[in-house]
Amino acid sequence: MSFRNYAPAPESTAILNLRKSYGLYIGGEWVDGHGGSMTTISPATEMPIAEISLADSSDIDRAVSAARTSYDTVWSRMSGSERGKYLFRIARLLQERAREFAVAETLDNGKPIRETRDIDIPLVAAWFFHYAGWADKLDYAGLGVNPRSLGVAGQIIPWNFPLLMLAWKVAPALAAGNTVVLKPAETTPLTALLFVEICEQAGLPAGVVNIVPGLGEVAGKALVEHTGINKIAFTGSTAVGRQIARTLAGTDTRLTLELGGKGANIVFDDAAVDEAIEGIITGIFFNQGHVCCAGSRLLVQENIHDEIVEKLTRRLATLRLGDPLDKNTDIGAINSKEQLERITAISATGEAEGAHRWTLDCPVPDKGFWFRPTVFTNVSTSNTVARDEIFGPVLSVLTFRTPDEAIAKANNTPYGLSAGIWTQNASRMLRVADQLRAGVIWANTFNQFDPTSPFGGFKESGFGREGGRHGLSAYLATGGAR
Amino acid sequence: MTETSDDVLALRAARLYYDESKTQDEIGDLLGITRWKAGRLLALARDSGIVSISIVDSTSEADVHAVDGILATERSRAHGVTDSTSLRAFVHGLPAVDAIGLEERAARLATRSIKNDSKRAALDTIIRLIDLTTLEGADTEGKVRSLVQKALLPDPADPTAPRVAAVCVYPDMVRHAIAALGTRVGDGVTGIAVASVATAFPSGRSTLEVKIADTRYAVAQGATEIDMVIDRGAFLSGDLDTVFNEIVAIRRACERADGTRAHLKVIFETGELRTYDNIKRASWLAILAGADFIKTSTGKVQPAATLPVTVLMLEVVRDWFVLTGERIGVKPAGGIRQSKDAIRYLVAVAEVAGEEWIHPHLFRFGASSLLNDVLLQRQKMTTGHYSGPDYVTVD
Amino acid sequence: MSRLAVPKTYKLFIGGKFPRSESGRTTEILSPTGTFIANVAKASRKDARDAVVAARAAWSGWSGATAYNRGQVLYRVAEMLEGRAEQFVAEIVEATGVTPAVARTEVMAAIDTLVWHAGWTDKFAQVHGGANPVAGPFFNLSVPESTGVVALVAPSTAESSLLGLVSSIAPALTTGNVVVALASESAPCAAMTFAEVLSTSDVPGGVVNILTGDVAEVAPWLASHADVNALDLTGADTALALECERAAAETLKRVVRPGAFGPTESAFERIAAFVETKTVWHTKSLA
Repeated sequence: MSFRNYAPAPESTAILNLRKSYGLYIGGEWVDGHGGSMTTISPATEMPIAEISLADSSDIDRAVSAARTSYDTVWSRMSGSERGKYLFRIARLLQERAREFAVAETLDNGKPIRETRDIDIPLVAAWFFHYAGWADKLDYAGLGVNPRSLGVAGQIIPWNFPLLMLAWKVAPALAAGNTVVLKPAETTPLTALLFVEICEQAGLPAGVVNIVPGLGEVAGKALVEHTGINKIAFTGSTAVGRQIARTLAGTDTRLTLELGGKGANIVFDDAAVDEAIEGIITGIFFNQGHVCCAGSRLLVQENIHDEIVEKLTRRLATLRLGDPLDKNTDIGAINSKEQLERITAISATGEAEGAHRWTLDCPVPDKGFWFRPTVFTNVSTSNTVARDEIFGPVLSVLTFRTPDEAIAKANNTPYGLSAGIWTQNASRMLRVADQLRAGVIWANTFNQFDPTSPFGGFKESGFGREGGRHGLSAYLATGGAR
Repeated sequence: MTETSDDVLALRAARLYYDESKTQDEIGDLLGITRWKAGRLLALARDSGIVSISIVDSTSEADVHAVDGILATERSRAHGVTDSTSLRAFVHGLPAVDAIGLEERAARLATRSIKNDSKRAALDTIIRLIDLTTLEGADTEGKVRSLVQKALLPDPADPTAPRVAAVCVYPDMVRHAIAALGTRVGDGVTGIAVASVATAFPSGRSTLEVKIADTRYAVAQGATEIDMVIDRGAFLSGDLDTVFNEIVAIRRACERADGTRAHLKVIFETGELRTYDNIKRASWLAILAGADFIKTSTGKVQPAATLPVTVLMLEVVRDWFVLTGERIGVKPAGGIRQSKDAIRYLVAVAEVAGEEWIHPHLFRFGASSLLNDVLLQRQKMTTGHYSGPDYVTVD
Repeated sequence: MSRLAVPKTYKLFIGGKFPRSESGRTTEILSPTGTFIANVAKASRKDARDAVVAARAAWSGWSGATAYNRGQVLYRVAEMLEGRAEQFVAEIVEATGVTPAVARTEVMAAIDTLVWHAGWTDKFAQVHGGANPVAGPFFNLSVPESTGVVALVAPSTAESSLLGLVSSIAPALTTGNVVVALASESAPCAAMTFAEVLSTSDVPGGVVNILTGDVAEVAPWLASHADVNALDLTGADTALALECERAAAETLKRVVRPGAFGPTESAFERIAAFVETKTVWHTKSLA
């Protein structure tokens, strides 16, 4: 028997106590939506999880109005220290129920339980814990004088880190004294709806957090266009971000956008090779590559290209693809059929355009949406796989000869979210970091996140930062009254 | 001015040539003679007995002392390592290690969940890979005999429990182990290997003569494996030649009269080398010098074996295999006391080096208390309930 | 008085040079009483394009200069402006009809605005950025960097033909941005005289580019230009601001809407409007 054929080690779903159906959570009550309903499924098995009621514009109206009432009557009048204590409570409750949320997230999203258990959910709790402490210290955030809340924040989040993106949005908004209407992604509403239980257990006043699942073109659009909203925060595709920015032109609604990326991961010939290999893998295969800041473009110094590719493919062979609930799974399911089709199509284009395709030789389950880890070599800078965000487990390998060339190639994209640098030369590292046009740069590491660390993009990757005191500025007005 | 006699000149030339390593050209300049004359004087010095040259046995320590540079090995020559300069260039030219990345990799490997059949198989595998060790000042014949019994029959209540790979003892205890094992001595697979620490273990602070004698003694007593320690002082002071040459010398000292050789494990005492860069360099150096196994620690210094250090050493032997097709063994030792820790090491072996390494010829645990914990876990899996310390033997 | 005066020909300021509009067009500028003051160049979309090219070319040098150096350069502009204060007073009085006292107040405020920003250059990163105590073995630092090319519509009120421009330009320059400014349409002369101040100070060519003419004609070209990173619409009217912001959405430019800041306001937040926070993580160990 091969030792590496580890026996199945599935995390039990018995811990979950899900309802058959979920409504919208508005003003502290569960209500039925008027936008029809849909079934959320597990992308790993295509099995239904729950029936989800969808919001239409009238529901959005009600949610905004509930949030406004709660803002005017309760939340904006509460002291910062009291607000903070609610957030501390939420953080603690999330820690207590962490395993349950990890299982629910893995079920609904398809990402490995190892990630939800070790990364997503711990970060969610950390995010609330961090911002809880800010609530009564806004004067010290260094963002300007007289910091004050904006009002009602509309928040639209993606499917790749469902609960974590909720935390990134809700925690700073509430700490700064705003109330929120949050629309989870169509394919991953489950943990946002379970989060309602946390709010209720924490005794959060009704209407402070309103959760409205719905379709982007219906509920998302209605939220963005709603005149009762003071602030829109969106994480998602650059195309939708553009549309939102256009919609909000000429209004007073504040906007922050966290959009796509095509991150360059630059490996110099003096890098710690084995750790760089791990970083390349974390960079693009973490969360099936469903990561806006993924290191999807590997830029390798030409003189070590062959060694890196050889080591990389050798290492990839140890990745385990399959049941996301199995504790030993490294690569889970693609989140949806649509996303799988998109990844499949772009990869085919990349191959047709002359890139050499390597795919991990591993079995995939019969049911569900799966894509084997894929590496493209011999990729020209004009190849589609080197330019378009794929949002899947697909790495494009390009080469450079000098640091100048690496920087030029890394910056040669309309995006500017993330980048990686692998070198043992600290001086070169710092200079290259200076020159890269990206909001988050990881040197000798990749895909690290922390609530104290600002995250967000340059250029078409959006504007505004999430995390740390910078993240507060998205939800505060400062200065004299204007 | 009198003519200096050739005898006197021959003496001077010999001093310059043999003591000060001058060339015949330089001697010519220094003595105001031609280099041909210098050559003739050196010949005279040898013929007249001013200089006597003796060829010493290759296993002698003398050539290690006499050598200028390193005693290049077949392995080292194949990689261009033939002298001090090339050794240093090789070792310092290795890609660096990023500690945080390495530790993250190890932590990630440690999250593998090994259950049911896999766990059962892993527990038995761990036993087969153990170098059951006693390295106490208080060791006696009785203690060693008891250790051997444990090695042969780890769980008296369950004869299906496999044997360990080896027992590991001090040199003067080897004969007791050999006696107790009788015909059951083997190579870790064919029978139980007898490993002996040597070379002024654990500090390694003695002369090379003593270390060689220590090694020869243990081999003569019947040790089938020698666990030597490197000279950490020399390594940290940058004297790589000494470290290299000692390994070469000890490997020679492992040779038996019949042409066979005790296997050589080279201990780095990673807790004293401290940095991963040092451990990586030591690993390559030891392999080039002829190590059969590279081993983390003596068990006498903290930290002893850690998962990141072992992952790093596994990466080195993997890279060496890719380069040469030759497999070098790895032995983490010290501090591995629990089954769940040992299972993490097995995962690391399988995923970093490859499953081929999960074999007594290529991977060992240097441990004493680990075995009982594995047995307790085995009992739990067999009976379905938790066992207790009184249900395994104290040896 | 028999000597005939020599009037100034107002041109554009692009890349440190004073070209005429490539379109050959000019606009007649009259005083509030209807007297002819000057013909100023009426910039075209191609002049805007040239200004963006000049700005982009200057960006790496200006953003790469040390903060201390940028502070000295901005302070030098203030010095030069102080030296020519009376000229500005006279021009503003003529162009806008305000009293000399009002004009002098504006000029002095413009000088002080430059000094205030000159003092910010080497402090802004300390105040806006900082170390992040992440829960891991990482060195983690956030620093603000310039956004890049900022196109701005300068405020256009009578009291801000100089101060409004300076209040828009200075915050962008402080952190290393480069600027393409559309001067007040009704009172552009002070802006072009200010360009002379810039060109005789130490501001590298292309760091500030100033265009005059029909703002509503040119601004949308800048707003939709893919190589412009940010827009300051403080001086735009509602219709123009809407058009520009919509155009800017296509490439997700950072936009400062009209009313976000007063036309002559100086504020930390105004400097912060055109920076990008870059966060760098690095492993920390003894390996």
